[in-house]
Parts: sequence; C-alpha cells; structure tokens
Amino acid sequence: MFRLEKRPVPSKAWIIATPVLAVIATMIAGGIMFALLGKDPVEAIRIIFWDPLFSEQFASYSRPQLLVKAGPLILIAIGLSFGFRAGIWNIGAEGQYIIGALFGAGVGLAFYPSQSIFIFPLMIIAGAFGGWIWAMIPAILRTRFNTNEILVSLLLVYVAEHIMAAMSLGLMRNPEGHGFPGSRNFQQYETAFNAELIAGSGMHWGVVAAFIAVIFAYITMSRHILGYQITLAGQAPRAAKFSGVSPNRLIVFCLGISGLLAGLAGLFEVAGPAGQITTSFNQGYGFTAIIVAFLGRLNPVGILLAGLLMALTYIGGDLAQLMMGLPAPAIQAFQGMLLFFLLAMDVLSNFRIRLKKQGAA
Amino acid sequence: MDLSAINPVLLISSLMIAATPILLAALGELVVEKSGVLNLGVEGMMIVGAICGFAIAVQTGSPVLGFGGAALAGALLSLLFAFPTQILLANQVASGLALTLFGLGLSALIGKNFDGLIPPATDKLHVPVLADIPVLGPILFQHDPMVYFTLTLTAVIWAVLKYSRAGLIIRAVGENHDAAHALGYKVVRIRILAIMFGGACAGLGGAYLSLIRVPIWTEGMTAGAGWIALAIVVFGGWRPWRVLIGAYIFGGVTVLQFNLQVAGIALPVQYLAMSPYVITIVVLVIISASKSRAGGPPAALGKIFHASH
Amino acid sequence: MISIRNILTGAAVALGLAVTAAAAEPTKVGFVYVGSVGDGGWTFYHDEARKKVEEHFGDKVVTSFVENVPEGSDAERVMTQMALSGVDLIFTTSFGFMDPTLAVAAKFPKVKFEHATGYKTAANVSNYSARFYEGRAIMGHIAGKMTKTNKIGYIASFPIPEVIRGINASFIHARKVNPDVEMKIIWLFTWFDPAKEADATKALVEQGVDIVFAHTDSTAPLATLAELGGYGFGQAADMFQYAPKPRLSSIIDDWAPYYIQRVQDVMDGTWQSKSTWDGIGKGMVAIGAFSEEIPADVRAEAAAMRDAIADGTYLPFTGPLNKQDGTVWLKDGEAADDGALGGLNFYVEGIEGDIPS
Repeated sequence: MFRLEKRPVPSKAWIIATPVLAVIATMIAGGIMFALLGKDPVEAIRIIFWDPLFSEQFASYSRPQLLVKAGPLILIAIGLSFGFRAGIWNIGAEGQYIIGALFGAGVGLAFYPSQSIFIFPLMIIAGAFGGWIWAMIPAILRTRFNTNEILVSLLLVYVAEHIMAAMSLGLMRNPEGHGFPGSRNFQQYETAFNAELIAGSGMHWGVVAAFIAVIFAYITMSRHILGYQITLAGQAPRAAKFSGVSPNRLIVFCLGISGLLAGLAGLFEVAGPAGQITTSFNQGYGFTAIIVAFLGRLNPVGILLAGLLMALTYIGGDLAQLMMGLPAPAIQAFQGMLLFFLLAMDVLSNFRIRLKKQGAA
Repeated sequence: MDLSAINPVLLISSLMIAATPILLAALGELVVEKSGVLNLGVEGMMIVGAICGFAIAVQTGSPVLGFGGAALAGALLSLLFAFPTQILLANQVASGLALTLFGLGLSALIGKNFDGLIPPATDKLHVPVLADIPVLGPILFQHDPMVYFTLTLTAVIWAVLKYSRAGLIIRAVGENHDAAHALGYKVVRIRILAIMFGGACAGLGGAYLSLIRVPIWTEGMTAGAGWIALAIVVFGGWRPWRVLIGAYIFGGVTVLQFNLQVAGIALPVQYLAMSPYVITIVVLVIISASKSRAGGPPAALGKIFHASH
Repeated sequence: MISIRNILTGAAVALGLAVTAAAAEPTKVGFVYVGSVGDGGWTFYHDEARKKVEEHFGDKVVTSFVENVPEGSDAERVMTQMALSGVDLIFTTSFGFMDPTLAVAAKFPKVKFEHATGYKTAANVSNYSARFYEGRAIMGHIAGKMTKTNKIGYIASFPIPEVIRGINASFIHARKVNPDVEMKIIWLFTWFDPAKEADATKALVEQGVDIVFAHTDSTAPLATLAELGGYGFGQAADMFQYAPKPRLSSIIDDWAPYYIQRVQDVMDGTWQSKSTWDGIGKGMVAIGAFSEEIPADVRAEAAAMRDAIADGTYLPFTGPLNKQDGTVWLKDGEAADDGALGGLNFYVEGIEGDIPS
C-alpha cells in the first residue's frame, strides 16, 4: 500500500501538470468508452478537443462561441468561489441566475418599445439585484434562524423554475406571440439587446463582466483583508471568530456576491445569446458553474481556465454528436470522467506519495 | 369545488408510495453523512439503480433480483466517489457532482435498449385480516413489500445509530475523525462502507421508482428526486424518524396539490405546483428556529480526513 | 443490332446513373432535438422519421442529429455548427427553437430550415405542425362512451394553445355523446417527469376518474393505469405495449411522410417556404389500433369519425359551441378557422376551472 504525506506547500509543478495528466487520462478512459460504443475513439477525441479550436470548417465560429459558453460559467463560478472558500455552500446559483434574468428582462420589457441608452444599464442593475435578493433568502434564513443554506438555496432553484414558467406564460408573455409561451425577443429590441461588442468575436458584456470578475476576485483574494478573512473562516472558523470576523457578515457577503454575479450572468444571457425568457431558458449554468469552481480549485485564474475547458467539452461534444453520431449521454459521462480525474489527481499537488513499509501503521 | 372527493385514506396510502424512493435514498445518505461524508451524487446513484434494477428485472423476470442488482449497482457506483474522496482526499462536493453527471450519462447509455418495456409486477402484500380493517387497513397493510422494507430500514438505522457499537463508531467518525482515528478506528474503511451503504440505498430508491412507482424506464426519469433526498436529510436533522416524516410531508404535499387541482380548488395552479418546495423551506425554518443545538450536522461533515501519522 | 444497341444504351444509362450517384453529393439533412432519442415520445418519433428518411433515400441522403439541446443560446450554436458542417436542410423540432432557427437561417441563406410547432417563417424557413386535436376528438368520443363514472381526466403540461386545443377537443366530443361527463384537469408545468405524471394519474383515479388523457411525454400515466385500473391513450407514440388495456387507442406523431417530401423537394430544387398544419388526412397524425376493450359499435363510430376527419367532411371544432362563460364562439355549422385555433386560449362551455396564466 501507499501512504500520503502532506506537502508543506502545494507543488507548483504538479499544479500545472495534474490538469494535463487528468485530460490525458480522460482521453484514454473516454476513448475506451467510445470504442465500446462502436465509435472511433481517436476521431472522437480529436473532434471534442481539437476541432472547435483548430478545424478550418468550424473554428472561426466555435472559438468565439467558447467565450459565449464560458462567460456565464466563469462569472457564476467566481461568485461561488468566495463562499466555497469560506465554507458557505450556495448550490442554488441556478435559481439566482433565473431570478436575475427575470428581473433584468422584466425591466427591459417594461420599457418596450422606447429607446434610451439608460435602459440597458438599468437592466444590468435589476439583474444583479434580482440574483442578489434571491440569494439573500438563504442568507437571512441562515443568519436569523440558522437554517441550512445548502438546502434552502437548492430548494429555491425549483421555486425559481416555477416562477420562470409562470412568467413566460403570464406576465412576460409576448403579446404578439399568438398565445405561445415566451417573452419578446431582445434581438428585435436593439436598445436592450446585449449584442456582441465586435461582431463575430463572441465578446458581449457578459464575457467582459466575467473577465472583470476574475480580476476583482484575484485582487480581493490575494491583496485584500476580506480575502484573508474568507480563507481563514474556511480553514479555521474558530480562529476567524477570535480575530474579529463576523460569521454572519461573511455569510451575507458571500451569498450576496454569488447571487449578484449569478443574476448578472442570467441577465446578460437572456438579453443576449438566449434572447428571451422562455419556460426553460436556463441551461443548467448554475449547476455546471459549481463544477467549474472546483475544477479551477476556487482560484480565479483556475476558474477562468476551467470555464474555458468545460465550454470546450460542450461545444466539442455537440460536434461529436453531429459529425459521428456519438450519443449525448456519452458526452455527459465523459464530462463526469474528466471531473473525476481532475479531482483525483489533485492529490499529487498537495501530497507526496510514499510506499508504506510493511508492518508500519 | 368538491373537497369531499379527496379520500384521506387513499391520500395517505399514495403519499407513502410517493415518498418511498426519496426516503430510501435519504436514509442511505443519512448514514453517509453521519459518518462525516457529504455525497452529492445521490441523483446519479439513484438513476443508475433505476436502470440496473429495471434491466435485471426485465431480463430475469424477477423484481427481487432487480432490487438486489440495483443495490449492488448503486454500491459499486458509489466507489467512484469513495475512491477519490477517501483515498485521494479529493473535494467531496465536486466529486459528488461528478458522480451525478456520470451516473446520468451512464444510465442513459445502459438504458438505450430498455425503452418502452414493461417490468415484471411486484405483488402487493395483502396482509390477511389486518388489510381488511377500515381506514388502517388500506393505509398500513396493503402495500408492496418495499414499503415495509423501507419502514423497517428506518427503524433499523435508528436503532443501530442510537444503540449499537457500530452506530457509535459511525457517529464518532462523523463527529471527530481525528479522535476516532486516535482510538484506533479505521476511519477511511468505515467511511467507504458507509458510502457503499448509501449507494445501495440510493440504488434501491431508484429501482423502486422504475419497478413499482412508475413501472417504466426512460432517460432522466429520477427528475431531481436525488436532490430532494439530500434536502430531506438536512430537513430531518440527521435523524431517521424525522427523515421519514420529512419524506412523507414532501410526498404528501405533492400528492395533495394534485388532488386539490382535481377537486377544483380555485388556487393559482402555478403557485400550487411550487408549494412542495416552499412548504419544505418553511417547515425547515420553523424547525431550525426552534431548535437549540440538537439535530445539527455531524461536526466533521464534508471535511477531509488525512491520517498524518 | 438493335438489341445490342438497346443493351448498350441500357448499360450506358446504368453506368450514367452510377456515375451521377457517385458524383452527386448526397443531400445532407440535420435534426436538432430538444429531448433524448430514447424518450419514447416526442423526440423518439422525430428520430423514427429521420430513420425512415434514411431508409427511403438510401445513399442519396446523409442525416445527422444532436439530442438534448436546451432551448436557449445552446440551440443557436448547435444549429450554426450544423449549418457549417454543410447540411442542406435542418429540422428543428421544438417550439422553443423558433427564434434561434430564424436567427441562424438569416446567416445561412442557402440552407433550408424547417421549424416544428411555431408560427414564424422566412425565405428559407418553413414551419410545420400536426393537428393532434383531431386525434383528441376521436379519443374524446371513445372516452365519453366508455366512462362509467362520467369523470374523465386530462394531465396537462403547460397552458399553451396546443394543450388547450387538446383539452377542448376531447371534452367537446366526450360531452357530445355523454351529457353528464365532467373533465378534471391537472396542470403539471413540465413536459416530462414520470413520477409526477404517475402521481397525477393516481390523484385523478382516486377521485373517481376512469379515463385519463395525457399531454405529457412519458408512458407513466399508462403504466399507472395498468396498475390501478381505468383507461388511457397512447400519446405521441402508439404505446402498444399497454394494449388492449389500459391503452384504448393512440394519437401517433408520424412525421415521416412530411420529412421525406421536404427532403425530396430539396433534392429537386423545388423547396419553398411554407406553413404546414396537417392532420389525419395527410398522415401526419395517425390513430393507433382500437383496442378490443372498446365495444364494437363505439369502435365503428370512432373509425367513421377518423375517416370523416381524414377526408375533410368533419371538422372537430364545428359549432354550435360556446365559450366557458356561455358566450357564443361558433354558430351552428360554423367551423373554427386556423387563426383562431392557432392562438386558442379559452375553455369551451362545460369545462370547470381557469386556465393558469
């Protein structure tokens, strides 16, 4: 047997090497799965990882799409990483994303069809507020009644999904939509539309916000006292208390920032790439972002890379379905494997592996 | 509106069935969490249990073998979570999510050839004499064996955790793994066994869904039941009987809201549809507000154990 | 001499055909599915039609599909990638794909698009849908004749015109043959959740409903009825495995004739943008075999109704019909036009309760 010996500081070399190893291991295990399904494993791996970036046929479109898909994931994951570091578990970002989108879109739709440069900024504020207020429910229940925030934030996702359905069938339904569910499309409402900043680049305000969030998080975590307090609260709650960190304030801050960013992500998505409120415009970004946050080791730069990697597997996965008929569940299982390998190999950066001597306990 | 059309006896009897899959999964997760491990992969283990149980029952014609296979499949799948988290000390929240993702994909791949089939029926136990008692008979004595199994399991878990040495060890490991380790308990081994038990229960819950409650197989058929099971564990304050009550309340509200719709109660339906979740939150707040320190989570829940010596 | 020439021409023709077949690129057809091909209902039947397109055209066509595509930005990306992969024709098979389809179509004017169940068109976008309510009318007739408790149930997904048409069509025809019949409606606010579908079926049966219509995607309602007693109908798929009991008949989505026709149009260069709303007559809606459980005379009536709808002599929404509030909707002999049906948002007289909004 072997034994793990904790490294005093995580190994820099392994931090870089483990994701690469994990991707290779996933390619091997996934390749075996694809072969069992009767598909050419080499071709499948090439289509998933290579074609979206470099194929002549697709790359010029899918490279910018990488940003479109990764933007909301990164934005939400950055917000979540604050809480996760402090041991505050918001797993309901999906709900905050939905409510943020509803608030923001609601403001935009209320102004229809007037044109003003103030409408879009107002929508952004409303979106951020919507996500924030939805996250405040578990935050206040936690600080006031000590109610578990994991559970409340999760249950609120289901509530948000029902509100979303009710809104797209009722209040926000497009009056010119022949009775079908779904709001007006922001693509036809220019002043409120979150368009690409440079056509064909994939860069919209949501992606910009994601980059700003990465920088903001990086500075907060490494330079600001708040970052220190968050890390301390996560690693040594008692010590944090003694050093004057108020657990309640931390809960309100961490849930607030994650709700706010999730709400923003929802607004940018619904006013841009998605275009409209429908009964199911949420695409699971809030849940996938949890995975992204951990893949990125709760580190802002890590999250940036993890978001891009995750987006790549989605886009490449679509291509693999399209080009070689790989079933969608196989892609899902493949993503699960990637996550397992990344998590499992993380051990190498934090621990040294020693062979255990016989008889030693 | 015709409230009298709602038969409370039938309502209770149906809510027991509606609650059984989430109760089974929640009981398993309760033991896992009692040992200090948070496995968010319940949904993935449930759905793999659902398809494996279904496939085996269809192939062999025996629901019993189906349930056995589902438990085994759930336990085996949970090893995918146990290995990285217990041996390689990976993060539990993320590993659990990975398990759900993987399980959903895997079940759909296995299930490709089982769409549209009808599984062999599981006979109801019609307990002689007792089943014919008015009111109590239909509520308590006319169910399928799995309902009784689940009730028995609740009692067994409660008794084992509270009174037995094994239960004491599990709780010790979950409260303070370093101390338990110092006392000579094999923390990692105990936790892996707990995780496998949790996987087996989730697998059974999934199979209950595909073999008895709905009797069909379709992709993604658990539709979030695993997440509800996780919520119920916290809701029940990590106590088996309260978990049972939580599962029954949740199942009850769901069944009741359909019954209210049929009875024509003039309530806005879209808000009625979200009521199970809202009511669960409200009850949770009431419980946590009135509670002193009892019923909190195991102290070492979700923390990584590393024996440094 | 002649015969040799004939043989030679024959050979040349055969050779020519072979050469053109090899030289001409096969027509490429893509499908975007909202669900999984294994859902046994909506998406499954679109995929069955895709397979029939392959069968029908053989080497002349290549198909591809992407399943489980969420309605949102992902849909637009998948369609664009599909268009980039060089397909000639794309079927997008969910209402929520409407706006993405139009957006992508504007970027690829040479690619033809076919969007299911929407209402928008463009130069290279057609839409198509099926008159499922024609099937509901027949099922309603059977239910009205067969219910013993005079209570029939409807498991509804979302309050959209298509579902409201289904409710009205089944109720009107049940009431017509049985003035005492009542309809109980449960709104699920989901298209797919087998456990909830089963619970809803159970709630209906426990309150005395003995015939259940389902407007959701899984076989859960029939599976539950098989256990509890009562009857139901196949929805989207034939669901023959539940015949003869509880499945009495079924409304089957058969997209194959339409898909084959449209692929042929693209091959011939005759494809044009249009709106299609076909029913039993054109074979887009098929009625599954009537179960032996239905009395012979009712079976004959149902078959007659099916044939009358098919040849256009009977329109299911024909007056006299009142709205729920008692005001006149259709006068005696007046038939609802497609515009009114397309946006139907009210119950007819006799149905209790409100449509959630």
